[in-house]
Amino acid sequence: MKKNVLGLFLTVALTGAAQAETVFVTLEKDNALAVVDPISGKLIKTVDIGQRPRGIAISPDNKFLYVATSDENTIKIIDAETLKEAGKLPSGEDPETFALNPAGDRLYVSNEDDSQVTVIDIKHKKAVKQIKVGVEPEGITVSPDNLWVASASETTNMVHWIDTKTNAIVENTLVDPRPRALGFTADSQQLWVTSEMAGTLMILDVKTKQIVKTIKFDVQGVTVDKIQPVGVVIDKDRKRGYVALGPANRVAVINAQTFEVEKYLLVGQRVWNLAFSPDQKRLYTTNGTSNDISLIDLETQMVTKSIGVGTYPWGVAVKP
Amino acid sequence: MRSINLPLWITIKFLFIIHLLSVNFVYAEAKQTVNIAYLTQEQKVPPPLSNLDAFIKDKGVLGSALAIDDNNTTGQFTGQQFVLKKFIVPLDGNVVDTFNKDIGDQYSYVVVNLPADALNKIADLPAAKQKLLFDVATIDDALRNEQCRNNVRHILPNRAMRADALAQYMMKKRWNKWFLVIGATEEDRLFADALRRAAKRFGMKIVEEKTWEHTYDARRTAQSDVAVFTQVDDYDVLVVADEQGQFGEYLEYRTWNARPVIGTQGLVATAWHRTHEQWGAVQIQNRFKDQAGRWMEEQDYAAYLAVRAIGEAATRTKSNDVNRLNEYMLSDAFALQGYKGNPLSFRSWDGQLRQPVLLAAPRSLVAVAPIEGFLHPKTELDTLGFDQPESTCKWSK
Repeated sequence: MKKNVLGLFLTVALTGAAQAETVFVTLEKDNALAVVDPISGKLIKTVDIGQRPRGIAISPDNKFLYVATSDENTIKIIDAETLKEAGKLPSGEDPETFALNPAGDRLYVSNEDDSQVTVIDIKHKKAVKQIKVGVEPEGITVSPDNLWVASASETTNMVHWIDTKTNAIVENTLVDPRPRALGFTADSQQLWVTSEMAGTLMILDVKTKQIVKTIKFDVQGVTVDKIQPVGVVIDKDRKRGYVALGPANRVAVINAQTFEVEKYLLVGQRVWNLAFSPDQKRLYTTNGTSNDISLIDLETQMVTKSIGVGTYPWGVAVKP
Repeated sequence: MRSINLPLWITIKFLFIIHLLSVNFVYAEAKQTVNIAYLTQEQKVPPPLSNLDAFIKDKGVLGSALAIDDNNTTGQFTGQQFVLKKFIVPLDGNVVDTFNKDIGDQYSYVVVNLPADALNKIADLPAAKQKLLFDVATIDDALRNEQCRNNVRHILPNRAMRADALAQYMMKKRWNKWFLVIGATEEDRLFADALRRAAKRFGMKIVEEKTWEHTYDARRTAQSDVAVFTQVDDYDVLVVADEQGQFGEYLEYRTWNARPVIGTQGLVATAWHRTHEQWGAVQIQNRFKDQAGRWMEEQDYAAYLAVRAIGEAATRTKSNDVNRLNEYMLSDAFALQGYKGNPLSFRSWDGQLRQPVLLAAPRSLVAVAPIEGFLHPKTELDTLGFDQPESTCKWSK
């Protein structure tokens, strides 16, 4: 391990090509935000952020972070430079996951206990609509073409397709039990959805809203019930997708053309959420119970580093 | 697979509904109704052993109410409507009469919160033959074996599942030598049987066994009674079988030697507990508390699962037909989310819901069984209770 780190350090030092970027990680149990320099592999600092921070996102202009502080029933706007609070958004109760639209002026929040999605106008800091969805909505995402908001409800086992123009559900797709996270491909043609209980990844066709492929994960030496897929991201060329497998402590690498699982990469414990580096050469994972993040080099498909960040790392956002 | 023969008119009606449904899926207008009955009888308030825990009259029913709401939230998108009708028989009433008169042929699904003898009396009625009964109260091993009924599904873990869960934990802790203390009731003897079975299965040794015969109101004498009572040959752990809680709470901290207490008091095996918050459990704990104004009890959880199982099967099959739903629930495709990590499903050989069992101390969740390392070729959940080769239930064969 030490050798690897040193090796990478040398590579970086010699080429000097790696871009400086900052990784922000919410620490659910520390009520804090960890600020990490991933290239040097160092935790730069930890700042207090509010009670039980979970979901995190960065604005398209990289100026603001949005952090859901669940126990304060709000989403905080944080200046991405100074890390000072710049405002609050009316998220509804117990916000956990949310999604920004591509323009960065709308934010969609899952309100788990109230079975609804709240639409927030960021500029006016106002909730403009509440949409009734299934029981315990969790994963939520906006298509890159800004046509759809997809919301997954964990107990209803559905993906709800919300039209961004009308803020109304126009279709529902029944999926495998306890759907957790979802992500659109960059071309907005597919929606990838993970099911925590079935241990599957489902690929939905956006046009028909139907499941076109179900991938069942199977890791040698890991019992089926430990394979609980959560976070999912797909690269911009739709070459590969990556799924965090929770307590299986692996990230699955999926060929986004053939839908074959190419590899399982061993990361930290209870891997939860994923984020690409801006150039998509690296992938960052939050590992809930080993209190660290893993760095995956996507060119070599190797886990190159783990960086201790604090208690219960939950969400991750990257600033170039 | 068994099947329930339905009259032709139900089948025709069902086909008609399916036809209507296939047209629409978003806020479907054509409503398909799933009628569920909830049957229970008022209970005599038992004499309180402690003033700490108030007697809860409505265990179970509030769980089913929450589940009906959840089913209908889903149902608004699928064109299905779930209706729950409660039948609470008074103390001096007759559950059989109520079943025949009020539940009759109007309900295909009945959540039953009644003791074992009443449950089987109902299950054997001609009117119950074409129904599915969901038992949310009993934990009897016999009902999962020689006294099983093909129209009953059991939601709560039976005594053997609980005893196995405890034994797995004790094995992991290497508490191999047990001192078994048994109360005087029939239920206590049954749980002691389950514990002996578990000890044998997992290679544990019961080095001493005693029946508690002291006075039940031991609040003032426990200190001396227990110290004397527990002067036995050396053991690792005191395992207690006292289901009504008549004396078990007095054992802890009072034993002659310093030993942990486990079983029906101390560290307990349960389907649900207020300390449980993993796997989204905190969400349902909060939702239940908001609605009920109290913590969710085991029977509430069982009734929640029963109604959710019906909902899940109805959603997936797009049907309200009892035959179809039954077949789906017993198939490998059925996966019920029960906030305990693994998906829950029914054992096809005895109708028992397979599920993790929580091991809880009063204010902390200690472990969840099956404990890591206890392996099974099919599912580790079947390391708890009666696995297919051990079952003496004959209905599925």
